[in-house]
Amino acid sequence: MIRLEKRPSPSRLWTVATPVLAVALTMIAGGLLFAALGKDPVAAIRTIFWDPLFNEQFAAYSRPQLLVKAGPLILIAIGLSLGFRAGIWNIGAEGQYIIGALSGAGVGLAFYPMEAWFIFPLMVLAGGLGGWAWAMIPAILKTRFRTNEILVSLLLVYVAEQILASMSLGLMRNPEGGGFPGSRNLQQYPSAANTELFAGTGVHWGVVAGFVAVILAYVLLNRHMLGFQIRLAGQSPRAARFAGVNPNALVVFCLGVSGALAGMAGLFEVSGPAGQVSIDFNQGYGFTAIIVAFLGRLHPVGILLAGLLMALTYIGGELAQFMLGVPAAAIQAFQGMLLFFLLGVDVLSNYRVRLGKREVA
Amino acid sequence: MTSLLTVEGLTKAYPGVVANDHVSFDIAQGEVHALLGENGAGKSTLVKMIYGLVTPDSGHMTLRGAPYTPAEPRAARAAGVAMVFQHFSLFDALNVAENIALGMENPPPMRQLAARIRTVSETYGLPLSPDRLVGGLSAGERQRVEIIRCLLQDPKLLIMDEPTSVLTPQEVEILFATLRRLSAEGTAILYISHKLEEIRSLCDRATVLRLGKVVDSCNPREKSAAELAEMMVGAKLVAPSRAGGDLGDVVLEVAGLTLPAATPFGTTLRDISFSVRAGEILGIGGVAGNGQDELLSALSGEAHAAPDSVRLKGQSIGALGPSHRRRIAVLAAPEERLGHAAAPDMSLTENALLTGAIREGLAARGFLKWPAARAFAEKVIETFDVRTPGPGNAARSLSGGNLQKFVIGREVLQRPEVLVVNQPTWGVDASAAAAIRQSLLDLAETGTAVVVISQDLDELMEISDRFAALNEGRLSPPRPAVGLSMEEIGLMMGGAHDMEVAHVAE
Repeated sequence: MIRLEKRPSPSRLWTVATPVLAVALTMIAGGLLFAALGKDPVAAIRTIFWDPLFNEQFAAYSRPQLLVKAGPLILIAIGLSLGFRAGIWNIGAEGQYIIGALSGAGVGLAFYPMEAWFIFPLMVLAGGLGGWAWAMIPAILKTRFRTNEILVSLLLVYVAEQILASMSLGLMRNPEGGGFPGSRNLQQYPSAANTELFAGTGVHWGVVAGFVAVILAYVLLNRHMLGFQIRLAGQSPRAARFAGVNPNALVVFCLGVSGALAGMAGLFEVSGPAGQVSIDFNQGYGFTAIIVAFLGRLHPVGILLAGLLMALTYIGGELAQFMLGVPAAAIQAFQGMLLFFLLGVDVLSNYRVRLGKREVA
Repeated sequence: MTSLLTVEGLTKAYPGVVANDHVSFDIAQGEVHALLGENGAGKSTLVKMIYGLVTPDSGHMTLRGAPYTPAEPRAARAAGVAMVFQHFSLFDALNVAENIALGMENPPPMRQLAARIRTVSETYGLPLSPDRLVGGLSAGERQRVEIIRCLLQDPKLLIMDEPTSVLTPQEVEILFATLRRLSAEGTAILYISHKLEEIRSLCDRATVLRLGKVVDSCNPREKSAAELAEMMVGAKLVAPSRAGGDLGDVVLEVAGLTLPAATPFGTTLRDISFSVRAGEILGIGGVAGNGQDELLSALSGEAHAAPDSVRLKGQSIGALGPSHRRRIAVLAAPEERLGHAAAPDMSLTENALLTGAIREGLAARGFLKWPAARAFAEKVIETFDVRTPGPGNAARSLSGGNLQKFVIGREVLQRPEVLVVNQPTWGVDASAAAAIRQSLLDLAETGTAVVVISQDLDELMEISDRFAALNEGRLSPPRPAVGLSMEEIGLMMGGAHDMEVAHVAE
């Protein structure tokens, strides 16, 4: 029989080792999955984890893509992690990301074709505000009426998707687009384009924002009273009240920050890699960022690494799809496994596993 | 007398600590046997092994001549061993009969069960209506539910873990009458407590545990309470002393404080009024669940009341939050150490920051000064003799007594004008309790107004200048503590809740 004994305090070794173990277990289980689908498991795993970085044929394209994909994931996950630490569960970053993209792109399109230096900063601001406003809906409902922010934020994702569809077919549709859905291409409008800052690296403003967010979140959580209160509220809500933390203000702050960061990420995406508002530009970054936040143990540096790893599985997954014909659903299952194993082995940092039968005296 | 249960060489080790080390003793049929020891002496582990909740590492037990190895509580109950826990496991939203049925293997039809509950409750002087909702019962009545649940199994051995901590003195008398009657009928009772006077009046024999070992056994009626305490602690105890300084002006004034319950089964505070002078200790007694937590929240600022209902030197502070109150030196230490007064998984440094940030200047413009926080934690640890490897250790790794010393010390060192503490020595060993009481007395001598909310009447009588009692959210008018008799105190606490004492067959 296997028994679990609670450790007196969390094991530092296992706290660091569990993400590594989870990745290893994902590779094994994923390999079995690919083998069951009739693919060579070793080739599939290598295509996902190795080829995007080191294969001469693909790396030139894949390496920049790594930052392009990791940027929004990190930016969103950092925002989410603050709330998750405080026990405030924003599951609707995808919706905030879409609304942020629409708000920011709307500002840019409104100025078209004027060229001015302030247009892009204004768009970023509008993107953040849009995401913030969308997140304020669950925040206000929670603080006023005690509704569950998980449900409200999640359901608002579907509302946002409908608004996105409406915008790309209606109000924001490119008047010179020959009736095709989607807005003007912001990449072709220099004042509104989120361009690659260093050629061949994939670094755009969204990636820069992601790195800045990592640093700011680290400082906030480790050096600032507000970060301390966030951690306290998550670990013991009653002690937080006793310490003088206002739980409602914390809900508004955490949902607001995560919404604003998700909104900015949406704007950087729509004005950069995606280029235009279209029905399906969003790619599900808002949901994947939840995995990234947990994979990184809600720690800013962990999220940075997790974001890069997740981006790798995205790119490697795509590569495996067209190189080996692995179905897209299998890649999603593979990403799901990662979260599953991470949460599963998490038990090791708080519990000690004991093997052997219960002895009878 | 014939032996009912014999325990020989029971040993149980947990990582880092041997909870029971070759414990041997025996209980005779119909005997009231006390298990005496400080917190952490191993009493709980021992009874958990007898009740089948914990499997011993080695040693064996014999019940009525046959080997006894309960693998689970169900087996223990089948063998005739029942237990009433310190913390009740009852559902507020169900009635008494339904709660009892939930704990039975094959519950009889509800009507039949209700009839049996009535019979048992009348036979043993434990009045209780089977139809009442548990949510509306007092702590003493809830305990009766648990006792009746056990008695319905017709036990040969009844284990009671700290049963009087939730009772008024009158209720204690009724419980003792019930227990004596059970013992006269041949049921043995294993009675766990650290209240020495109770053990002296109730028990036939006592086994004393210290650090997991049996150190002594005696007839408690032949020993004085002080002798028992020394057997338990293994050292002489010094009673707290005070110089008895002069009282100053009124510092804290509470007038007409009314606060609706925050939860359906919480207690509503009704029209509470009292005042505390500088240098004075006001003791507030009462049975658990009569508004102690709510009163502490209203004084700490966690719950907001009408501004004028709480005043500090004439200034209205009833609507101020905890941070504001700390700024004006109104400090508090709640009852629940882990999860309320301290965050269990955070280090002591972080826990020092939890209440000390404002008055100790541990943050500047929102940025934390970790070295200063660490220094403050170290100061608390050193001044209050908190046994821990260092301020980096998590709060939950400390023993109850040490964490309590930390929690109280953290507030005392912040030079409060008013300090409110709830259950300052709950679950704390005797020497730590004495140190905590002494620190409260010392604090009062420096001119702080201290409010001590506690269920330990001996403690309140020892340190309070005046005494008041909470009963169903109301506070009795405070009276000087000197010269109050136990009976007067019991009546202030509401007497025996809803019980006619005449019910008990003497």
